[in-house]
Amino acid sequence: MKNVEAYITGVGQSEVGMKLTRHPLLLTLDAVREAMNEAGLTIGQIDGVSTYPGRVAAMPGFSPVGADELVDALGIRATWYAGGGEITSQLGAVVAAVGAIRSGQARHVVCFRTVYEAAAMARPDEYPMWRRDRVEGNSQWFSPFNALSAVTWTAQYAMRHVKRYGLTREQLAQIALTDRAHALLNPRALVREPLTMDQYMSARMISSPMCLYDCDRFTDASTALIVSAGDALDEVSCTPIRIAAMAGTVERLSWDQAEWMACYATGVDLWKRTDYRPADVDTAQLYDGFSFQTLAWIESLGFCEVGEGGKFIEGGKRIALDGELPLNTFGGQIGAGRLHGFGFAHEAVTQLRGKGGARQIPGDPRVAVAASGGGPLATALLLTKD
Amino acid sequence: MAGYAATSTRPIPRLDSDNRAFWTGGAVGELRILHCADCQGYTHPPRPVCRHCLSERVAPKAVAGSGVVDTFTVNYQKWFPAMEVPFVIARIALDGVPGVFLTTNIIGCPVDAVDIGDRVRVVFEQHGDVYLPLFEKAD
Ligand SMILES: [Zn+2]
Repeated sequence: MKNVEAYITGVGQSEVGMKLTRHPLLLTLDAVREAMNEAGLTIGQIDGVSTYPGRVAAMPGFSPVGADELVDALGIRATWYAGGGEITSQLGAVVAAVGAIRSGQARHVVCFRTVYEAAAMARPDEYPMWRRDRVEGNSQWFSPFNALSAVTWTAQYAMRHVKRYGLTREQLAQIALTDRAHALLNPRALVREPLTMDQYMSARMISSPMCLYDCDRFTDASTALIVSAGDALDEVSCTPIRIAAMAGTVERLSWDQAEWMACYATGVDLWKRTDYRPADVDTAQLYDGFSFQTLAWIESLGFCEVGEGGKFIEGGKRIALDGELPLNTFGGQIGAGRLHGFGFAHEAVTQLRGKGGARQIPGDPRVAVAASGGGPLATALLLTKD
Repeated sequence: MAGYAATSTRPIPRLDSDNRAFWTGGAVGELRILHCADCQGYTHPPRPVCRHCLSERVAPKAVAGSGVVDTFTVNYQKWFPAMEVPFVIARIALDGVPGVFLTTNIIGCPVDAVDIGDRVRVVFEQHGDVYLPLFEKAD
């Protein structure tokens, strides 16, 4: 019988750092090459490219490489490609690739996310941000009130949890502490210094209740994932990881109009599309651009009740490498760097293949969740070795 | 964070046909939200169609200008050098305007005096042709 499923085969990652000088297209090539090597594929077998959010000319560090540029630069004979930000967050690029695979438009799609924000900030002459005298579009509803970062908006949902459900800073700290502890075991992690509860509690506040350590930081890196067709697996030399279910949500375009973050609907929808249950999940890789997003994802995906996330992670044992739900085992974005969504899927595949090295979770993990975004946009992937 | 010219300590919106009534209502003391003549629903941000019933019979309507702090945060980070911190960013649920929130600042009180559920009322801060709806505690 024809296998119409889609699988993640090769995964790859470039050097991860700040203020890198290697060209962002070459960082992307590094990630793609590592992914192809793992899968045993060559560039001639790649026939699709997918990225998020495509090249953004106004903010060249945010997304310096477009899908069309990669197709052209690597001489890919593409029968399908896509790159855009109007999709359900970063891993929406993988969801789009699955559509192309399942409809027979491509057999091996390279999905990538390249970030260059630290380098661009250090070299503004080469990577200038566009400046305007006045704000327009969606940002006009926030910027005039100096709500200039997504942290101020995420913090307001976190504050609601503080007031309504009694979330404490000591509880929320477990996301950053866990991320940073796991990052120590990841040779590619951006931040490889331990973080203590005392350091966390005395850190300067960014936007209450979120402090400095609740935030990721600008990073230069590229992450690549190859999505392959079920009937092309005989071309692949690594263990294929099945994309068993996908879900995504778009909330209100103006972020402040949503009663709930988008992840809550995504979590419910994911479990409608599979027979697996939250209790089957061996590891969770959940977006942590800001720590509270991870807590919201834990609740959204049904690992605990809404409002119970703080108690669920309290003390940190449950989400440690040897806990019942090993979380962000590569360090998340807070520890491993702002890989912007793709790091979570990369790590889920790495763990399911048993290639985690010093950070490999015990046993034989077979089911993982990877999630990106969570605020106005959310995507969740259920990944299985079955 | 996108960059903005340092002409003000606040980035100011560019006026267009969709947003002009909202950003200029303060000139006559009005907080205006787009209202539908067919279903009586409110649409925000303003657009030329009602998001509840797809009617095009929509027009700005002056609302009470009072509301409740739905949630908030105290911003401590200086996002540009001239920014004065800390200050309160809040999401206001407007009286009589179900389903619409405004992101704004709570002014006129210490940052630790703001809490969810606080009653607030609008005050306008003029920046040329734009009047920003800020809020202060009503008590
Ligand atoms: Zn209507």
